[in-house]
Amino acid sequence: MTTVNMEMTSTDRIEKRTVLRAPRSRVWRAITNADEFSAWFGVKLEGAIAEGAAVRGRLTHPGYENVTLEMLVERIQPESLFSYRWHPGAVDASVDYTPEPMTLVEFRLDEEGGETILTVVESGFDRLPASRRAEAFRMNDGGWTSQLKRIEKYVTNG
Amino acid sequence: MSRTGSAARRVDAAPVFAALGDATRLRLVARLCDDGPLSIAHLSEGAAVTRQAITKHLHALADAGVIRGTRRGRERIWELQPKRLEMAQRYLAQVSTQWDAAIDRLRVFVEENP
Repeated sequence: MTTVNMEMTSTDRIEKRTVLRAPRSRVWRAITNADEFSAWFGVKLEGAIAEGAAVRGRLTHPGYENVTLEMLVERIQPESLFSYRWHPGAVDASVDYTPEPMTLVEFRLDEEGGETILTVVESGFDRLPASRRAEAFRMNDGGWTSQLKRIEKYVTNG
Repeated sequence: MSRTGSAARRVDAAPVFAALGDATRLRLVARLCDDGPLSIAHLSEGAAVTRQAITKHLHALADAGVIRGTRRGRERIWELQPKRLEMAQRYLAQVSTQWDAAIDRLRVFVEENP
């Protein structure tokens, strides 16, 4: 089902390339219209996505509703490139991520036979503090924690 | 954000989770991440708890396989067990999994809402 190919060239970047069975204009709207981005990403962005804008919104993923996502929009080249900066994995509401470097996310679109080739690149991980990466342990267990919470809720409600 | 991995991996992660489920221990790991291998004297600097307490926490982290202590002369030097590179790769693997999930949601969104 997943046809995402991954190339990992370094510890600094992630690159994803995939073909979407939809016209380029459709995909462009899905990634640059704030309401549409919100719908598939799992966030409730407020305000429009525009070059230079800081767009914020709360996540809608169960268990992460108290987390605010902030995207600093860099470039918008219609139907070709959309890029922004953010704090990756900034899901701990008690941590102030603002002093940390941000990563750059780029969505690139190409059209081929009515389908869209989407490339997503996130780069700049090497500049993050090592301690942030150490949270990989916690993030891994984050799923575990929310599972436990769900079980607890289920048990106490039952 | 993502919940991947087999039950076996979750069981493996359990002691690590327990070991890091404490603010002091988490701070110790962060110190070792940023400043490399350190002695207990260095790790106790500016800590709000006693050196004995720090020692206890370090042993708990070592038992969970998060850090490792090696004797150097009269003191013990503590270092992170997974090396920086492994840590970076592991972090990236997780971010990568989250992108896979996000792109899958985008796929469904654009293919089902033409």
